[in-house]
Amino acid sequence: MSEPLFVIVAILTLGGGLGVVATRNVVHAALFLLLSLVSVAGIYLLVFAEFLALVQVLIYGGAIIIVLIFAIMLTRSQEYPRISDNPQWPLAIVAGLAVFGVLAASFLWNLPPASEPEGPGLAKIGESLFTKWAVPFEVVSLVLLVALVGAIIIAGRAGDRE
Amino acid sequence: MPLEAFQVLSAALFCIGLYGVLARRSAVLILMSIELMLNAVNINLIAAAAHMDQTAFTGQIIAIFVITVAAAEVGLALAIILRIFRNRSTVNVDEVDLMKW
Repeated sequence: MSEPLFVIVAILTLGGGLGVVATRNVVHAALFLLLSLVSVAGIYLLVFAEFLALVQVLIYGGAIIIVLIFAIMLTRSQEYPRISDNPQWPLAIVAGLAVFGVLAASFLWNLPPASEPEGPGLAKIGESLFTKWAVPFEVVSLVLLVALVGAIIIAGRAGDRE
Repeated sequence: MPLEAFQVLSAALFCIGLYGVLARRSAVLILMSIELMLNAVNINLIAAAAHMDQTAFTGQIIAIFVITVAAAEVGLALAIILRIFRNRSTVNVDEVDLMKW
């Protein structure tokens, strides 16, 4: 029943991904990435992970794309959008296909028992996150804080304080 | 949908990201390809959690942590890219080869 929907979001996700790695224009790559990430939110909805779908749209579709577009703007990448690909790109295709072959073969070799997806619902995720997973939750918030402080220090103008 | 469909989709997305990381030379584009790979991992985790781990949903919780770390990573990577651009006027990773022998 969800097959047509799955096919549509899978095509959008993979198409967006291929656009990211194939386009010559950096801004187009960012927009393709947005398409791919929002389609991934659709995949989360298909497996009843509605909280993750919401987070995906907010964090990836909102924050991360904005940050990447800031990076493009501040490094003036659009003035020289044609930083060509590595000359080793045929090797990269071979490596990608090889890894995909191994992964797909291992997934299809031993099929998991057939089961229907089921979501736990928002309340249970929240409860589990603040009881069983409380310590990792606090640690990851500290990681985020340290990373952002570090980002400000690294990107800050050198010689302001010294 | 069976679980293996989601797994093959995530493998394909991961390999597209892998190709991007290996073949691109602009640091911003490499960052975008890394985002694709992280998302592929998240699809795998969440689909497996929905199919096989319906009472504990560990995969969903770990996916939340992955998204948080990805946000931190993007912020930090942007800072590093800005610093490299300011010091060397390039975002081409092939030209940043001071520590390469």
